Amino acid sequence: MKLNNRKLAAPYLVWMVLFTVVPLLIVVYYAFTNVEGAFTLENLARVGGYGSVFVRSLLLALEATVLCLILAFPVAYFLSRLRASKQHIMLMLVMLPMWMNFLLRTYAWMGLLSVNGPINTLLGFLGLGPYTMLNTAGAVVLGMVYNYVPYMILPLYTSMTKIDASIVEAAQDLGANVRQTLVRILIPLSVPGICTGITMVFVPSVSTFAISRMLGGGANLLIGDLIEMQFLGNSYNLNVGSAMSLVLMVIVLLCMSFTSSFDEDEMEGVM
Amino acid sequence: MKTKHLRVLQRTYVVLFFCFMYLPIAYMILFSFNQNKGYALFTGVTLKWYKSLLTNSSILSALWLSLEVALVSSVIATVMGTMAAIGISSMGRKSRLLITNVTYIPVVNPEIITGISLMLLFVAYQKFAANSDWLPNTIMGLPTLLIAHIAFNVPYVIFNVMPKLRQMDVRLYEAALDLGCTPRQAFFKVVLPEISPAVLSSFLICLTYSIDDFMISYFNSGTLETLPLQIYSMTRKKVSPEIYALSTIMFVIILSIILISNAWESHSYKKDQVRR
Repeated sequence: MKLNNRKLAAPYLVWMVLFTVVPLLIVVYYAFTNVEGAFTLENLARVGGYGSVFVRSLLLALEATVLCLILAFPVAYFLSRLRASKQHIMLMLVMLPMWMNFLLRTYAWMGLLSVNGPINTLLGFLGLGPYTMLNTAGAVVLGMVYNYVPYMILPLYTSMTKIDASIVEAAQDLGANVRQTLVRILIPLSVPGICTGITMVFVPSVSTFAISRMLGGGANLLIGDLIEMQFLGNSYNLNVGSAMSLVLMVIVLLCMSFTSSFDEDEMEGVM
Repeated sequence: MKTKHLRVLQRTYVVLFFCFMYLPIAYMILFSFNQNKGYALFTGVTLKWYKSLLTNSSILSALWLSLEVALVSSVIATVMGTMAAIGISSMGRKSRLLITNVTYIPVVNPEIITGISLMLLFVAYQKFAANSDWLPNTIMGLPTLLIAHIAFNVPYVIFNVMPKLRQMDVRLYEAALDLGCTPRQAFFKVVLPEISPAVLSSFLICLTYSIDDFMISYFNSGTLETLPLQIYSMTRKKVSPEIYALSTIMFVIILSIILISNAWESHSYKKDQVRR
């Protein structure tokens, strides 16, 4: 719709420049200068020294994303085949946990996973354990999967509701088995949802710091932790922190260009 | 026969999945009634945390601050975003594309980067203000918190309202003008009622994002503590079961809103069916 009201956007345009564009330019400026404000590449070189942390973050986020995809796919399919009235309430049930503060839910996992917590007690009755589950890389991945799996389910579900049930039936009538239906029909037709879901899980996973700090102990530092320490922690250095943020942004951009078949329909389903 | 097995398997899987999703929440609710303060051992049932929650001034003031920031920032973001959506919709293709792409940045950027970039802006401002004698130089706190929350909320409003505007028939607006409305009247009497569901839902989205935001507030709150920030500093030491009590209350409220609205919807749906 076209109304002749272009100037209504003026306040937002000023806002957008001031609080979206300028801050990012400042990040770039800090990343390429030293404390005196002279041009330098030293900050970026120092980021190279934290290569192992970057690799760990990427690997853990990748694991979490793949696990989310595997876990979410059957759930999303199940939801998309329910009656309309039931779909509504089930979707609400998927989103309800997101309404509880994520720090508290993660803290609850700290209790659940601890050495004398309920899970180890239960295993104890079966004569197993106790296992050290807290403060491991596995616990960090669990925290990411738990917190971000709804972001995978929602776009997958939006894609799958568009798959006509008769297509699946036709495939089965023509003799396709379960695996063939999955590989040849369901997965190709949900590609837009898969792409959106991957970015929506990967981006927050690779940049988190609260989850790794709570579930990973001190030994599983991620990029987010490094950045946080440069800005508010004990290794205060805004320039190095900005350089790290810049590298993180490039990683995210690269990841998104792989999965950039964003169409607006999928985004609407998520928001 | 084979498909029947598959269906049972699928159902079991979905049930297990929901158990996984709700396990920590069940744990939180259980431990809000726990006598002991720890997070691993359950020693007995009590309501004392609910009682002491009502007198815990630091949790309550954090809660009020969160609600205050959420309300103010959501109102501003909704008004500014709706205006922007209307303005952008009436622009040419090129400028529309440019602006929507820049608006996407805070949506797709990692939250930590939005947080630190705003923090750097405020730090730069403070350096600048320290050299001038008329600019206020203590902005870290409520002003920066509000700016940060508006900044991450406006894009969601714009992307929610714009599709609704696109669906709307421009002839309705033109008809109103032809029938003697001023542009202002035509906007308030024709356009706004048409897009109001999208505006309202954006406002609610802003409220929930704002109340729950941790990452961006963390870098831009100065010494103030919203509820998520207070929870975070507690998780560094020991979470008070009073927070569990507060979350349990919130969970029950949200769950009942969902159940009531769902019951109401299916009721009106059935009514519709009968009428037909």
